[in-house]
Formats: sequence, structure tokens, C-alpha cells
Amino acid sequence: MTDYRLYLLTWLALLALLACAVAATHWLAGWLAWTTVALCALAMASLVIILFMGLRHANALLRVFGVGGVLWLGFLVVLTLADYLTR
Amino acid sequence: MPTTQPLNEAGQVAEQFNDIDQQVQSNLFGMWLFLSTELLLFGGVFAGFIVFRVIHGEAFAAAAGHLDLMLGSLNTALLLTSGLTMALAEQLVNNTRRRATLVMLLATIALGAIFIGIKGYEWYHEYEHHLMPVLGLPFEYPGEHPQQAELFFNFYFTLTGLHGFHMLVGLGLLSVIAILTWRWRDPPRIARQVQISGLYWAFVDVLWIVVFSLLYLLRS
Repeated sequence: MTDYRLYLLTWLALLALLACAVAATHWLAGWLAWTTVALCALAMASLVIILFMGLRHANALLRVFGVGGVLWLGFLVVLTLADYLTR
Repeated sequence: MPTTQPLNEAGQVAEQFNDIDQQVQSNLFGMWLFLSTELLLFGGVFAGFIVFRVIHGEAFAAAAGHLDLMLGSLNTALLLTSGLTMALAEQLVNNTRRRATLVMLLATIALGAIFIGIKGYEWYHEYEHHLMPVLGLPFEYPGEHPQQAELFFNFYFTLTGLHGFHMLVGLGLLSVIAILTWRWRDPPRIARQVQISGLYWAFVDVLWIVVFSLLYLLRS
């Protein structure tokens, strides 16, 4: 598959995920809506990082930076929430 | 089958590098390092918002209902499309297709400018409805929990403002790259500059995906 075609398919997938997230906001409620929105956002961000930012062709050091950034942001959010939710 | 060398791996090697591969990898590494510092900046605001979103769940959900979901979704689609045009520009410049690269760069700039225009319209709409608690402007919230709603709108203007500033920086950067591409004086160098600018632009896309999901989509 050429990169041009792959990028077009990625873009279509991104728009489909966006539609899915907006539909979840309209038709779902509570934790189900939250989970769908979070999964769609994670999938969209991953597609952009891996394909549009070229992480799939990157060397090991750049991959560590890419994955590390997301991982540490996750630690920041989870540990901060853990503090507030267990008080 | 012969393989052609991408344009960004051609040209003269700067004197501080051993070879072109080391130069290209150093460029990419430097940009990823910079983007990591940007993630630190946004990450703190994201974490703060999520904590308050959980603590004041009902009030934040109601406040999110005052944002224009249709315009927010349209802006997200525009930005994702600009991510596509920028990625295509990177491919095209590596294949030495100057005119097509220029068209894609201009399309990216146009989509980014429309995004900023729509965001400006949204802000004006919120200003008219007295939902802009900045610079001492009156805040008149029509629902329950006005204090928590004010906190929500503080986060909203901080996040969208910070993101909008990054968009403006990106638009300035891409305008310079478009002029350099139009002149086409040192093509290998231009190809590397397009690649680095593309990283920044895609990262701004990623930030918006998170901002949009947190502010506009969590309404229940």
C-alpha cells in the first residue's frame, strides 16, 4: 500500500472515530458515554501519533519518547485522581 | 528494483554531524524533545481539569452543554483534515514534487485559518452570552452551580486559548515554510523543514483531540 493511500484511509478512520464519539455523547449516558469518548479519543490520538507523526518508521529512541510521553501523562492523571478519590 | 532516496536524506551534511542519517535523526529527536515539554505544559491543565470534572461532575456536565458541539465537531474535522494535508505535503516534498507540496501546505494553512475563525466566532458567542469569566468581564450563568460553571469556563478559555496560540505559531511556521517551498532554493533542507513542521502540526492535532473530548464531549 502506498503512503498516500494509507494516509487517506487513516483520515477516513479519524473522521469515523470522531462521528462515533459525537454519537456516543448524544445517545449514551454515564460511564458508557465516558468510556466510548475516551476510547475514541485514545484511538484518534494514537492514529495521528503513529501515522501522521511517523512513529511507525521512527527509531527506538523516538518510540521511547512517544510512548513515554503518553505513559507519564497517564501517571500524572491517575495518581492525581487517586489522591482526590481516596480522601 | 532501484530505490530512490527521499529528498530529506539528500544534500550536504552539516559539519557537526557524521552523516545525513545522524543529522535527520537529530532533527527529529530535537523536535520530539520540544514536544515533550509542550506535553508537560498541557498535561498539568488536563490533569487539573479531569480532577475537577470528577469532583463537580453534575455542574461541569451542565456547563459543557452550553458549548456549541456542532461547531466543535466541525473544527475537529477541519483539524484532522489539515493533519492529512500536512502528512501528504511531507510525502510529496520527499518525492521532489514542489508544486503539489506547495498546494498541500497552503491547504493546511487555509484549514488552520478557518479553524481559528470558527474558534473566534465561538468565543464571541460566549462573550455575548456573558460566559467569558476573563479580564473582569461579567459572568452570568443561567443554570445551577454558577461558581463551578465559572471554573469550567476558566478551564475552557485556558485550554482553547493555549491551543489557539499554538495554532497561530504553527500557521506562522507553515507560512514561512510555504514561502521557502515556493522559492525552492535548497530542496533537501526544505524537505527536512517540512518534516519537522509536520511533527509540530500533528502534535497540535493530538492536543485538540484531547481538548475537544474533555470539554465538548463529556456532557453526562
